Amino acid sequence: MKRDDPGKGDRHLLPTGPDGCFAQKVPVPVSRAKLRWIEEPKLGPAGRTYLPLFLGGLTTTLRHLLGRKVTVQSPEERYSPPDPLIYRGVHRLNRDAEGRVKCVACFLCATACPAHCIDIVAAESPWPDREKYPQTFNIDELRCIFCGMCEEACPVDAIELTSLYDLSGKSREEMIFDKAKLLGIYDMTKDAEPMRSSRNGG
Amino acid sequence: MPTLETLVKIALLIAGLMTAAAYLVLVERWVAAWIQDRLGPNRVGIPLTKVRLFGLGQPIADGVKFLSKEECTPAYVDRLLYFLAPIIMFVAAMAAFAVVPIGSVLPIDVEIDGTTRPIELVVAPGVDVGTVFVFAAGSIAVFGVLLGGWASNNKYSLLGGLRSGAQLLSYELPLGLGILGVVMVAGSLRLETIITQQAQSGVWNAAIEPLGLLVFFVAGFAESGRLPFDLAEAEQELVGGYHTEYGGIKLLLILVTEFLHMFIASFMIVILFFGGWHLWGLTGSGSEVTWPVAIIRVLVLLGKVLLTILFFMVARWSWPRFRFDQLMTMAWKVLLPLGLVNLLTLAVWVEYGDRVSRAMGLPPLAVMAVCGWIVLIVAWAVLAWALPNTTDNRPRRESAGEL
Ligand code: SF4
Ligand code: SF4
Repeated sequence: MKRDDPGKGDRHLLPTGPDGCFAQKVPVPVSRAKLRWIEEPKLGPAGRTYLPLFLGGLTTTLRHLLGRKVTVQSPEERYSPPDPLIYRGVHRLNRDAEGRVKCVACFLCATACPAHCIDIVAAESPWPDREKYPQTFNIDELRCIFCGMCEEACPVDAIELTSLYDLSGKSREEMIFDKAKLLGIYDMTKDAEPMRSSRNGG
Repeated sequence: MPTLETLVKIALLIAGLMTAAAYLVLVERWVAAWIQDRLGPNRVGIPLTKVRLFGLGQPIADGVKFLSKEECTPAYVDRLLYFLAPIIMFVAAMAAFAVVPIGSVLPIDVEIDGTTRPIELVVAPGVDVGTVFVFAAGSIAVFGVLLGGWASNNKYSLLGGLRSGAQLLSYELPLGLGILGVVMVAGSLRLETIITQQAQSGVWNAAIEPLGLLVFFVAGFAESGRLPFDLAEAEQELVGGYHTEYGGIKLLLILVTEFLHMFIASFMIVILFFGGWHLWGLTGSGSEVTWPVAIIRVLVLLGKVLLTILFFMVARWSWPRFRFDQLMTMAWKVLLPLGLVNLLTLAVWVEYGDRVSRAMGLPPLAVMAVCGWIVLIVAWAVLAWALPNTTDNRPRRESAGEL
């Protein structure tokens, strides 16, 4: 199955009509006896007059109208994520103890990425402890949806999301982060934000 | 022959309405933000300076944005109707304001065709069918919506237009019934007369026919197509409904028109049921006015209208949107019977009320108000008892057939 069409493999098992759409009656794999028909709760005498609902809606809005506001007046006030270690902001590429890029160019992050915004060119590693390393490593931050799948997928904790949330640029090209820039973000944030996995025992 | 007086009034009205629409958009955004625990637009002030003025410059920024947007027309639209639709809607909505009084009279006399009379604060004074005119102009909106939906050549637009067509037509009936009650009590279709009659008796129509107010209020909400009645442009279902394909200045026209509909509905609610410019002990009730009184009357009327509009804005966030079948049930099975009951009560009252209250030795309006409220409560209770006690509209289990 091609990874590009997730779910295609299951779907073609369903019967389709002449136009390729699903046929009207999709067989439900449960017996009718097991189906339970859930009834809507009945309205009581008060509910039937619609007054409780009417007043309920109005009091909720009025309470919030006068209530405390949560807006942060950026840029004068800064929002700081309550837990920067689980925030999903701009990416960084971690370095190992010797300052080399940790990534082993396994492409797992690029494969996991639902937005297809990671582009890696692998090359033979100059170091003896691994076979490959990324010659180039580009992330299109404009396409990224900051889902954190790349971070999840990485077997060596090389790619991580930081808590920097206000990234902006003047051109599209500028927003395609290359390896140097991603490593730079690591250098910038490594003191404030330790590697995430270190919290979970390293 | 348009006189200078009328031209000046038209110019003032258009300028006033456009400014009001621009600033009420700001107010709407504020109210929306506050209800959602946000602060809302509070940054744009005087251009090119750092003065913020609580965001009062926002309407200018919005206007510039709309005007400078790319004017883009989709390739497959029916061009004539596509351009005509927003114009029809806008013109019809503006036209309705011709007979809506913005106050009572100014203490300056003008001489026209040999007769001297004070300046009345309405573009077309003394239109005997004022109520019908507003009603008629308001219902032209449905053409704009239908044409816009059709001409856009887009499924969502068409669905939005169809929904809106059905909705506007259905709610016109209860709306008319609500107006009829007031007209019957006042004995005139002139909006000025309806206000004067309430001012002179000192009792607003809301007190003596609450049922009529209820019917008119709900129907007015539905006619202006705002939440919870905004099925025509339900964003979550239809993208933008009939104006999905519109952009730039055409979209601006449509959005302004929607605000104008809300104005009209608010003005009519205030004029027909809340005494127009009348407020006890402040405005007097005669037709002879001094400058302070004339100005107070305008302010009182506009204040009431603003309160009604604020209610519209709060209501938007208070209740979820109706489902389409609920919307139709509401019009035909709830509002229509209620409107008829209201009309019947008032008809009986107009015929026998005076005699009954004289026999009882009580002031007629008091008896009428008590009757009105009793009828409201009884009719509401009967309706609540008679309507189904669930909103389930799925096919029943028995008829669901094969899965
Ligand atoms: S955060 Fe999600 S979208 Fe962004 S690069 Fe990682 S996997 Fe792709
Ligand atoms: S998953 Fe980790 S190691 Fe593999 S290519 Fe991506 S960043 Fe490099």
